[in-house]
Formats: sequence, C-alpha cells, structure tokens
Amino acid sequence: MIEGIFVEGLIFSIMVLGVLISYRILDLADLTCDSSFATGAAVVAISIYSGVSTGLSLVLAFLVGLLCGFVTATIHNKLRIPGLLASILTMTMLYSVNLRILGNKANLPLMGKPTLYRSFPDVFAFLSSSALASLLGTLLIVLFVKVLMDLFFRSDLGISIGALGGNEQVVISLGMNPATLKLIGLGLSNGLIALSGGLLAQYQGFADVNLGQGMVVQGLAAVMIGEFLFSSNRISLITLRAIFGGIIYKALMFFGRKYGYLVGITTNDFKLLTGVLVIVSLAVAMTRSKAADAGAKKKALTKVARGEGNA
Amino acid sequence: MLDIEHVTKVFFPGTINEKVALTDINLHVETGDVICVIGSNGSGKSTLFNMIAGTFPVTSGKIVLDGKDITHDAEYKRAFKIGRIFQDPTKGTSANMSIQDNMTLAFTKGMKGIRFSLTQKKKELFRELLKQIGLEDRLEDNVGLLSGGQRQALTLLMSTLSHPSLLLLDEHTAALDPNNAEIVMDLTKEYIERDKLTAMMVTHNMQFAIDYGNRLIMMDEGRIILDIKGEEKKNLTVQALIEKFRSLRNKDFTSDEGLLTD
Repeated sequence: MIEGIFVEGLIFSIMVLGVLISYRILDLADLTCDSSFATGAAVVAISIYSGVSTGLSLVLAFLVGLLCGFVTATIHNKLRIPGLLASILTMTMLYSVNLRILGNKANLPLMGKPTLYRSFPDVFAFLSSSALASLLGTLLIVLFVKVLMDLFFRSDLGISIGALGGNEQVVISLGMNPATLKLIGLGLSNGLIALSGGLLAQYQGFADVNLGQGMVVQGLAAVMIGEFLFSSNRISLITLRAIFGGIIYKALMFFGRKYGYLVGITTNDFKLLTGVLVIVSLAVAMTRSKAADAGAKKKALTKVARGEGNA
Repeated sequence: MLDIEHVTKVFFPGTINEKVALTDINLHVETGDVICVIGSNGSGKSTLFNMIAGTFPVTSGKIVLDGKDITHDAEYKRAFKIGRIFQDPTKGTSANMSIQDNMTLAFTKGMKGIRFSLTQKKKELFRELLKQIGLEDRLEDNVGLLSGGQRQALTLLMSTLSHPSLLLLDEHTAALDPNNAEIVMDLTKEYIERDKLTAMMVTHNMQFAIDYGNRLIMMDEGRIILDIKGEEKKNLTVQALIEKFRSLRNKDFTSDEGLLTD
C-alpha cells in the first residue's frame, strides 16, 4: 500500500523532472507534455506488444519524447511564435499520432506481456514482497535518471541552457545560438516525460491516450511543492526537491482519494484542487519574496540610519 | 578593421509608423581606435550599435569586420568577435547562476559540449581574475546577489576573457551611481589599454568624450555629423563642440546631460 504511493510518486517524479527543465530551467511554458506523456506510454505498449524488451522499450519512449520536444522547439524557433502556442500545436497533433501508435485504439492492455514490474520480483528475489521489489526497481531507475540529469546540468552545455532561462541576451552575447539550446532543452524535457509515461504503462499494465491529461499542472504543482521544502541553487538539490515534490503530490492525491469523502471531495474534484494548489503556491511564493524585499529594505534603512553609507 | 558602408535602417517600413533611424552611415574604424559616440536621444547611437552587433538586420548597406562581410550574420555569430555591454547591468550576466558558472560560459565563446571545464585549476584562475574587481571570495554566489556596479564590472571582465576584436559600450555606466560608474569606467579604460582593444563607447558626457579616446563621433537624426580625431580632438572644448553643432545643424544641442560635465 504505502509502497504503491512511493512507486507511483517516483514514476511521476521523472515527469516532474521534465517539467522542471522546461518550466524552471528554460523558463518556457511547455504544454507538449500533456501529450508526450501518453506518447511514451503508447510507444512502450506497442513495443512490448511487438516483442521489444522492456528496457529497450523505455529507451525508445525516451527517444520519441525527445522528438516531440524537437517538434515544439522547431515550431517555436522557426515560426517565431511563443513557446506556449507552439507546444499547444504539438500537443494537439500528438493526440492523433498517439492513437495511430496504439493502432487506432484508445488504449492497449499489456495482459500476459512481460513488463519491468513483472520481472522486478525475480530480479530482487531477496526482498520479501513484490511491492518492495517494485519500489526498489523504480527507485534505481529514478536515481539513474537524476544522477545523469545532475551531471548534464553541471556540464558546460547544461550551464548554457540554465543561462538561457535566466537571460537570453547573455547566451547570444557569448556566441551561442539560443534556438539550438531550446531544442536540446525541450527535447530532454519531453524525453523524460515520455520515459515517465512509458514506465507508468508498464506499472499499471496498459497505455491510454488520455493518460497525460492535465499533466502540466500536476507537474507544476509538484515542482512548487518541492520548492517549499528548501531553497538552493545546486542542481543536485533542485532535482532532489522536485522528486520529493512529485512523491508528496502523489501522496496528497492518495489521501484525497482515501479520506476525501469525509469532507465530500471526490476524484472529480482533483483537477480543481491541483489548480488551486498551484495558485496558492504562487501566492505564497510571491508573499515570501515581498517579505524578503521588505526585510532587505529594513536592513538597508537601519544601516543608513547608523551612518554606514550606501555601500 | 570595421567598415560600415552606406548603412540605412528603417523601422516599420511602409506603415504609418515608418521611422528612418539611420541614413547612409559610412564609418571606417581602425584597429586600436577608441571612439566616443555622442548625440542626443533618438539620434541613432543605439541603432548603430544594434546594426553592428546584429540585433536587427540592416535595411540596406554593408558591414565588414576584419575583412569579412558580416551583414547577414546572426547576432550570436558576430558575438565571437564583438563584445557588447549594455546600459542595463542585468543584461550581461545570468542572475540565477553562480559567478563561476557565468565565467565558465564566457571563457570560450560558442556552443558548449558536454564537458566539465570548471576544474579546480580553472577556479583558481577565476579567483585570480576576480581579484581585479574585488569578488574573489564570491565564486559560488549567485550573480543576482551582486550590486549593479559589481555586475557591470563582472560583465566587463567576462567580455574581455575572450579577447573580442571590437568592444561596444552602450552607455554602460549610465545606470550606476556616480561612485560605481567611476570604478567601472576606470576598469574599462584599464582593460582597453591593457588588451589594446578597439572600442566604441556611447556616452552622454561631452567632457568625457573629449578627454577620452582618440576619436569622437557626433550623431544627429540618424546621421554622423561630426568625426573628429587626432590633433583636432586634443584641442577640442565643450564650447567649440556645441558651436560646431549649431553651425552644422542650425539648432541648439538639446541634450542637457551632455552639458553637465563634472
């Protein structure tokens, strides 16, 4: 039971890492993920159906997700339209593509097919329950993704992508093409999102074209929950808190499902509540920065009052 | 080293908002020239810089840098040879990254690979370089924590790291308080002299423009109306400059800041 929350949260957190790249690091609102998540799931389902190994199917999902991000970035770069509109276009088009991938069906069950979650209990035979094995397997995958992502964003290329999000002019002044950096950033973001979708398809044993609906907002909520935990400018801690945010979000949803009826909340209300969560997070973050500004001002004023000048 | 030939820039051509920002600009810059550019607001100084740096395409004309036609090169490509510092101190550095990360990016221009070039050795080098601007103990601090003056000094340091052929300074001390403006300007002079840089500097201070550099350009209504160098520049006074402007344009020089000399 509790393992289930963690497994779901961990799978979800890979998606959150993807949203972190587009929304926080690139500072580009990317709605592609609402569809690329389902694309990942569809690719994994159809691959496994066609006899591709469970591990390789995830790699394929990542690569197809990468392509989805490239499409959004190319529309944004070449037609010079806002990233938001470019991603809405990709998202809408992908819905049809996803149906095609699934063979013109809305969903594809993986009954009787091998999945990672069916093999984890054998791989980690030393664990007492299959739920624990699933947890360990997922944890290893998430750690692998996190470590690679940390390394990437500490490399020169990764730092450049970070600089782009903060200030596009700097990147141009340093002789880099911002269009290329956006391409790489959005590609990686959607690659991770598709990977997360693929993993979820293996976990729940089916792929569905509607799997990604509302993912952006859920991802944002998780990123923001993470940011309340602690503040840091180190990429390893930023990714860590995003993962924690993902798990906490899923836990909140779980308890909402379980105890929500006590206050009259049903699963139908979750999208509303997730949106409200994001709005509240934004409001709190704003109040915080205002308070910090006020604090700095007060400090500066007392400094001047004590005659230390305007150093 | 820089040749601007018949460059014209028209904004919003063919619309009711059509504005001619530059008219037939011709300018030849020699290697080692330090040029002060003056002119009232809207005279085309910033547009000229934008044309050289490639922020917007020219309407007509040609720009040649180091013998290579760069008229149609994208801004990021020109940035390999042209360093530019803006009036706004936040434009030259990335606020949400540490000083050392900013410097890593500035160390070599162009697209970066998946390499980890921020080694211990590099950090030592950066620390040594940052001593010039008194930030040697703040390598890991976010640039957003620095004051405007510190950020502008860092931008200057970063743009000299890659030894640009041409340095464009677009009123880069105008947004700073007098104390910091002086520090940044002294640093600018030091770097230009040390690295024998070719530089163009927009300033509103006429006295400064007369005292500094080997050449002075005055712009008005999208044209270069005065180009003074050598001995003539050495003997120039603010009064003479204003007189020259009046006789050339049949009107008074309208920039008040220009007359406020300190």
